Amino acid sequence: MVVMRGGKAIIEGLKREGVKVAFGLPGGAVIELYDAIYDETDIRHILVRHEQCAAHAADGYARASGEVGVCIATSGPGATNLTTGIATAYMDSSPIVAITGNVVRPLIGKDAFQEIDATGITMPITKHNFRLTDPRDIPYTIKAAFQIAKSGRPGPVHIDFPRDVIQAEAEMDFPERIELPGYKPTLKGNFAQIKKAAELLANAERPVIMAGGGAVHSNATKELIQLAEMLGAPIITPLMGKSCVPESHPLVLGLVGMHGRKPSNFAVSEADVLLGVGTRFSDRSTGAVAYFSTESKKIHIDIDPAEIGKNVPVDVPIVGDARLVLQDLIKILEKMALKKKTAWIEKIEQWKKEFPPKYDYPDAIPLKPQQVMKEVMEVLGEDDIVTTEVGQCQMWAGHYLTRNKIRTFISSGGLGTMGFGFPAAMGAKVARPESNVVDIAGDGSFLMVCQDLATVVENNIPVVVLILDNRALGMVRQWQMLFFDKRYSAVDFRAQPDFVKLAEAFGARGELVERPGEVAPALKEAFDSGKPTVINVIVDRDECVFPMIPPGAKMTEMIG
Amino acid sequence: MTEKHMLSVLVEDKPGVMQRVSGLFRQRAFNIDSIAVGPCEKEGFSRITLVTSGDEKVLEQVRKQLEKLVEVIKVSEMNPDECVVRELALAKIHAPTGAIRSEIIQYANIFRASVVDVGPETLTIEITGDPDKIKAFLDMMKPFGIRELVRTGITSITRGARLIEEV
Repeated sequence: MVVMRGGKAIIEGLKREGVKVAFGLPGGAVIELYDAIYDETDIRHILVRHEQCAAHAADGYARASGEVGVCIATSGPGATNLTTGIATAYMDSSPIVAITGNVVRPLIGKDAFQEIDATGITMPITKHNFRLTDPRDIPYTIKAAFQIAKSGRPGPVHIDFPRDVIQAEAEMDFPERIELPGYKPTLKGNFAQIKKAAELLANAERPVIMAGGGAVHSNATKELIQLAEMLGAPIITPLMGKSCVPESHPLVLGLVGMHGRKPSNFAVSEADVLLGVGTRFSDRSTGAVAYFSTESKKIHIDIDPAEIGKNVPVDVPIVGDARLVLQDLIKILEKMALKKKTAWIEKIEQWKKEFPPKYDYPDAIPLKPQQVMKEVMEVLGEDDIVTTEVGQCQMWAGHYLTRNKIRTFISSGGLGTMGFGFPAAMGAKVARPESNVVDIAGDGSFLMVCQDLATVVENNIPVVVLILDNRALGMVRQWQMLFFDKRYSAVDFRAQPDFVKLAEAFGARGELVERPGEVAPALKEAFDSGKPTVINVIVDRDECVFPMIPPGAKMTEMIG
Repeated sequence: MTEKHMLSVLVEDKPGVMQRVSGLFRQRAFNIDSIAVGPCEKEGFSRITLVTSGDEKVLEQVRKQLEKLVEVIKVSEMNPDECVVRELALAKIHAPTGAIRSEIIQYANIFRASVVDVGPETLTIEITGDPDKIKAFLDMMKPFGIRELVRTGITSITRGARLIEEV
């Protein structure tokens, strides 16, 4: 039991959880918390220019490191500005703890200055949230918030502190361990179910493994590859699963879904047994669900029981941590006779030969995005991290950039948040300073968050933003091109800024690239410079992301 | 097939827990036909009796999504054949004359309902029972004129020694 003020207790709680960095922006309701931060040397506070970026940066930090990311904002608009970032983390199961201040307790409910029902707003976009009414609850609540955020299916947790709770002096008891009576994630899978899964897989002729974000969270790389090799089963990944297995491995087919690779979409469509690992079979990765992998028996491993059977009917449900369940599954399969799948493997090899991603457009001006990706690949190291904005740029990166190490591809999959990639890159770079970090951006997305160039310059966080500048909201434009008779409604920008000057105005480096062959040197120079850099690459506005499953169509009916 | 399902939900008695539960139903477009909440035998916990409608798949999602809430301890599906199901209703019936009053009181006696308040032109009846019984009684009261009706929502407990959380 120690007597201290609420603000100090919050910092002490964060330190006990191992927090090293927090992204935030102060205001009246958290001014006493920032007063406590003033003396703090163990936690690095990074002052952002917009709270949305604090939440995305915390998210990027979490995704790059596997640790909980922390963001701080004041009441009212501070809290509402965080919400897009919190919702993004929620949809992609990313562990962050969001801290907001609120008005003093006597003013709650009086519509006071900068008062908003922050926990009411974040309830449906958090794994859990808390509003404190007693300063003595601070130590327990922070412990609980971190425990909930990082365990089971990870997710964002929000804590709202009324200002007088932060101000108050109280006896604080920091617990080593806490008990949450209604919260006990299942980690170990049910043996009988795993045995059933093993039997299905052992007898499969055309098995396929679909590994999603849960495989990243549980760090299941080794087990997935071991299982794929034992079974002769290809691994396909929805966007959230990208980088959970090395994409150069011959059995890894890459992205599945609306803009997936053809071999992936064909394989899942022809599979007789589909093993889903930590994936929620979202609409973007299944196409029209009625036609999704209709020939397969389905095994679904997920730590969240509510995901099983939610979108796709499942024959063998297994609730548990992906890695632990896979370990048990492998142990059982090791004792079984497994079929050789020569015909299946040959078929997959044939698809790979027939439908390789096409990168080379060495003469095209304006540049083709595929060529840009090819040049990015020339420079990108294995440990370097790619983040993306949302839309065409995201799909070019997801489809064309090969990632071989876990947590080297970070993208807003579920919420599809434009403006995520740049602040997420900032968070990722802070988490892993030894890695180069590049945000594959669009001009539309980057403008939503470009003010935080000031943050990366001020704090010397040398991230690279590579803009695929098509002067348009490319993905919407693509849909209008393909499905709306080229009626380009509100997608073409007529007055985008000069991104080079924009970068320079913030004190960052700016580069303009218009010709093939110039992307790789510009990116290499940017990495080597150790300075935040914006590379503006002028690309072909009419280039579409293909292949594409048209809305409502079968996976095998891809266009392009 | 859409069916009614009765769930008993043990929750921590914390601020906002009802908002979490009702918000979840709204967010995922599940139906709430009836909801009743009150403290239970364990200090710091409450029990919610909830009636929802939907097919088996919807019910499974309702249960799982509820169980995901940190403050939800246990969700039990209550089989009406193995439970006592009760609701309480208070109905203010238009009763301007002596003859009408005695007629209403006779009906109330048949349904084992009781008169809890009398005014110059109204009788207030309290009736407890399963939803069918309450409906039957209210149907009888309709011709007299139901001026106001207040219902608690359905509550339910298992029969015999078996506890709700053992269902």
